[in-house]
Amino acid sequence: MEDMNLNAPHSMGTTIIGVTYAGGVILGADSRTSTGMYVANRASDKITQLDDNIYLCRSGSAADTQIISDYVRYFLHQHTIQQGQPATVKVASNLIRLLSYQNKSMLQAGMIVGGWDKHEGGQIYSIPLGGTILKQPFAIGGSGSSYLYGFFDQAWKEEMTKEEAESLVVKAVSLAIARDGASGGVVRTVTINADGVTRKFYPGDSLPLWHDEVVAHNSFLDILAGSSSPEPMST
Amino acid sequence: MSTPEVGVPRKGGFNFDLCRRNEMLFSKGIKPPSFLKTGTTIVGLVFKDGVVLGADTRATEGPIVADKNCEKIHYMAPNIYCCGAGTAADTEAVTDMISSQLQMHRYATGRESRVVTSLTLLKSHLFSYQGHVSAALVLGGVDVTGPHLHTIYPHGSTDTLPYATMGSGSLAAMAVFESKYKEGLTREEGIELVAEAICSGIFNDLGSGSNVDVCVITKGKTEYLRSHQLPNPRTYVSSKGYTFSKGLTEVLSTKITPLKQKQADTVPEGGDFMEE
Repeated sequence: MEDMNLNAPHSMGTTIIGVTYAGGVILGADSRTSTGMYVANRASDKITQLDDNIYLCRSGSAADTQIISDYVRYFLHQHTIQQGQPATVKVASNLIRLLSYQNKSMLQAGMIVGGWDKHEGGQIYSIPLGGTILKQPFAIGGSGSSYLYGFFDQAWKEEMTKEEAESLVVKAVSLAIARDGASGGVVRTVTINADGVTRKFYPGDSLPLWHDEVVAHNSFLDILAGSSSPEPMST
Repeated sequence: MSTPEVGVPRKGGFNFDLCRRNEMLFSKGIKPPSFLKTGTTIVGLVFKDGVVLGADTRATEGPIVADKNCEKIHYMAPNIYCCGAGTAADTEAVTDMISSQLQMHRYATGRESRVVTSLTLLKSHLFSYQGHVSAALVLGGVDVTGPHLHTIYPHGSTDTLPYATMGSGSLAAMAVFESKYKEGLTREEGIELVAEAICSGIFNDLGSGSNVDVCVITKGKTEYLRSHQLPNPRTYVSSKGYTFSKGLTEVLSTKITPLKQKQADTVPEGGDFMEE
């Protein structure tokens, strides 16, 4: 009980991913938020909207990344009114970098920005801990990303189709969930291209099974659907 | 030209000097005196047409039960209430401050307060104190956009959930919610499940105890059910009761000493005296 540390700051031991494909970008994330060893939220949404066509994957301290995204959402709204046109992905990413860099001693925030604009199409920017900014064809972040570097080196291809990229992201997040204790729950994706934004949700029991994994059996969902007397430990 | 005086703290901003001092003392093994903490079970859930909040009523000071029937469901606005866990002084102060800001905002706008407004005010206050204000909150209410339930952590992070638990009894209470919560509960089912979750905290968590307080918020109506359940009544109640009628104390002896009257000139001779 002592080492569970419920008073620890809320942090997101996370898996977050951003991938560009021919025509747009796909962002992916798991849904686990933890305080120490306790899962404080098993269905959280770590892909936050910043503007109509710009989204942010958050990892690190939940409080810090929420404040950053609140500020940037507000700045972009103001920017859109002043300029009379939507902000670019580059502008959004630079605002995040600015906040990250200028307050680096007070923040614990690793973020991936993904979005689409009419000037440069789909773009992914990674803004890791120190407040640097990196434009990348794909980016991975959070504690679960350690398990994915090799996989992405092997599996990522330039100019993938939307379907190829989408299945790559879901596969990658589910692989990280399988090996990283701090990642878990469901997989959420956001696809952004010229046509707009599509959100998708993959429940934990619909994900592919990897090495040593077994089919969900007498899971919480079965209990809800099944008999009135829950008996989780039977058979 | 005035030069800033040495040693005078500059105006504005926060000063964490004492926090740093306390951390230094703590690292050298000197324990600071503890605050009144509400080792607590607080919960909330969204039902068919509103939200139900629940709390136990035990306040602790270390291992001592300091108050057996305290109130942990705080008023924010007529349509918004907030359960508090953590340091009692902090939860009380932070909810009072924000509820008065909400009242001022209602005077200015003439509109009902929204739950997201309280959420933003609470989280930005807590974030600016970097976790030193130890208030863990379950915020619930019904506004023009429908029923809402949020949790707020001391560092300023927030979650939006259909059911939530907080405090030292949160694990016991969450176990109840995870096995029994479903969408579209009725008012009565909601109250029953909240009371069961709080009782799970009262009986299985040492930091929680005594009674169950419940608050039901629906569109246009708020019911604060103080002491909704009393699972821990007094074990001994005097058969004679605790109120006494006059004249029950036996008079053993009586002695009357009359006061002696003395006349004195009250005006001092030489000195000043008060004038009216």
